[in-house]
Amino acid sequence: MPIEVLMPALSPTMTEGKLAKWLKKEGDQVKSGDVLAEIETDKATMEVEAVDEGRVGKILIAEGTDNVAVNTPIAVLLEEGEDESALSKGGNAPTAAAPAAPAPAPVAEAAPAPAPTVPAAPVAAPASDEDKFMAKTVKKTVREALRDAMAEEMRRDDKVFVMGEEVAQYQGAYKVTQGLLQEFGERRVIDTPITEIGFAGLGVGAAFKGLKPVVEFMTFNFAMQAIDHIINSAAKTLYMSGGQMSNSIVFRGPNGAAARVGAQHSQCYASWYAHCPGLKVVSPWSAADAKGLLKAAIRDANPIVFLENEILYGQSFEVPEDEEFVLPIGKAKIERAGKDVTITAFSIMVGHALAAAEILAKEGIDAEVINLRTIRPLDTETIVNSVKKTNRLVSVEEGWPFAGIGSEMCALMMEQAFDYLDAPVARVAGLDVPMPYAANLEKLALPQVDHIVKAAKQACYR
Amino acid sequence: MAASRRRSTKALTDTAPAQAVSSEELLHYYREMLLIRRFEEKAGQLYGMGLIGGFCHLYIGQEAVVVGVQAALKDGDSVITSYRDHGHMLACGMEAKGVMAELTGRIGGYSKGKGGSMHMFSQEKNFFGGHGIVGGQVPLGTGLAFAHKYSNDGGVAAVYCGDGAINQGQVYESFNMAALWKLPVLFIIENNKYAMGTSQERASAGELHQRGAAYGIPGYQVNGMDVLEVKAAADQWVPHIRGGNGPVILEMKTYRYRGHSMSDPAKYRTKEEVEKMRSESDPIDQLKAKILSGNHADEDKLKEIDREVKAIVTESAEFAQQSPEPDPSELWTDILV
Repeated sequence: MPIEVLMPALSPTMTEGKLAKWLKKEGDQVKSGDVLAEIETDKATMEVEAVDEGRVGKILIAEGTDNVAVNTPIAVLLEEGEDESALSKGGNAPTAAAPAAPAPAPVAEAAPAPAPTVPAAPVAAPASDEDKFMAKTVKKTVREALRDAMAEEMRRDDKVFVMGEEVAQYQGAYKVTQGLLQEFGERRVIDTPITEIGFAGLGVGAAFKGLKPVVEFMTFNFAMQAIDHIINSAAKTLYMSGGQMSNSIVFRGPNGAAARVGAQHSQCYASWYAHCPGLKVVSPWSAADAKGLLKAAIRDANPIVFLENEILYGQSFEVPEDEEFVLPIGKAKIERAGKDVTITAFSIMVGHALAAAEILAKEGIDAEVINLRTIRPLDTETIVNSVKKTNRLVSVEEGWPFAGIGSEMCALMMEQAFDYLDAPVARVAGLDVPMPYAANLEKLALPQVDHIVKAAKQACYR
Repeated sequence: MAASRRRSTKALTDTAPAQAVSSEELLHYYREMLLIRRFEEKAGQLYGMGLIGGFCHLYIGQEAVVVGVQAALKDGDSVITSYRDHGHMLACGMEAKGVMAELTGRIGGYSKGKGGSMHMFSQEKNFFGGHGIVGGQVPLGTGLAFAHKYSNDGGVAAVYCGDGAINQGQVYESFNMAALWKLPVLFIIENNKYAMGTSQERASAGELHQRGAAYGIPGYQVNGMDVLEVKAAADQWVPHIRGGNGPVILEMKTYRYRGHSMSDPAKYRTKEEVEKMRSESDPIDQLKAKILSGNHADEDKLKEIDREVKAIVTESAEFAQQSPEPDPSELWTDILV
């Protein structure tokens, strides 16, 4: 039986990739361990090795093909004694022939949600100051937008530098800092040892002297090692010094769950950092958010925790071309105007909320979706004004519910919108458990679109 | 053993013959140390009167360390330390009035009364705190050195920590980066023998000045009770650091006469031990004897300095009591820029 070679998943978040190059051609003999092809994932270019022996019978996907979904057959191997006539009989079970690289099938299915369809132009977003920038846009991934933001600010100000693990030579563990070393050199793009509290503290010290560090944490999970300096040194010093000693510093990196990386690598820290005066906490959703907010964060004179999301890195959005597109920190964005129920969300949950709003619309419920963008200082005005109109609030977050952002929303409603509420505030949050590894359990632990739909309907007594 | 001997005080003095110190300099060190001593005694007194609250860690006994190191620094160099910080601030040239008023929590304090004993800063004097988490100042100070190098301004960062902080992991993360990137930083370990109530023998394996050896950081032990030995060591190594050769560690063997903080009864050591240090190794008495025996000044001149210092301290205590408490509106300022 001919053996199908499938497009492998080579990273936890990879759902598709580019078949960059074939290293074997039709008719070549292949032994297990031979490199068959090079594949570009969302993070790197990887070699794919053969697991089975045989002769390349047919190449199904030509080199240079983009967006090849994980598990797509890319070639067929013929076993000893088989000839091309066997090809027509089709391949055998795919699992038997999957390349040696990480487990193929479950990854795509296990992504926390089916990659939310991103509305190219959000439905009925109200007019805003940003509109003039949206006249001329270019499609970029969140990853590229973050990189562009850093590069533009580094060109603008020599005091800005980037440091962290693998940010320079490796080009970023998630390729976010790709190309920065080449443009700015090793003085300003600095690979650190694996030493989070050390380089976080070093960054704050450099900021005391007027530099503007962008400190990348490979993920915010590792920033727990450094949280003493983020809170005790960065957030509190301005106050403790009676206003003398500011520090303009950005701590950035992916936050929250990626896919199938287990409890220690899958936590949302929005509520942790948002708890602390002296910090600003920003969490972008789209590529335009990422660019406009990161530029604002780098220019800001205060310490900023900038919570990104690994799954969003590869998603594309329209981004203004104008380099002066800088979004205000502390201002939420109404992504979709509606009159029946307000849904607040941030980071990847904005996509879920918009998807939920589409479903709700079909059932006659007109949801207003607010992309918080900044968690601290929270744009209470936009939220309260929206609830004054809709009289209902659903708060969505990926993190745990206890003392979470949703709890803060409840308090805000009690204090500032009590008389306008027609239903209890509903919280959609991650389950109150450490993140499980199993694909089915992980999906159950994270908020899904239908949870938001259900919560919104409940708020509307439907 | 040979290697470690080479890095001892003795070898250091062999290779660095003490440079002639002028009478003027000697009197300056005397004045600086006496100012710290009298200031701290007054702070202890005000604490007892309930005018200073919370934690208050006095530097009495350790004065030679900061005065000797400061003598080897230049304008523009940065200084950072832990919470036993009043002496460092005075040595950096910060005003006694502003420091004392911060201790009493008044608007005239360096942090408008919002920082307290452990948290004062001066951009003007390049003093970067005043940090309350043991060891936290070490990566911060390494960052100051990083900024000196990044800006190519020729500056050096003097980073102080105690024999307690030296067991914190972040200190070694800092040593590694400082050595790897050849940052201009002088790490000063003020070994006063007790990390709060735990003696160095009970808390630290090995010799503290050798703690940077694995990173290739030279380390030396210095008699921290003698301002001239401290200055000679700093004079030898600060230019080396400034020259782009990377960090150096100086372990200052010193002693604090008072408890860890005001509420520490210091039961972990004997009265005799303290008394012996006071009577035989006091940094101010030692320098005074040298000044007199070397005819650098007479008793009258020293008394004049005593009076001058006393006046500064008295004035600072008065200011610290007269300066008003911060207005309630200050509660909400300086949270963000």
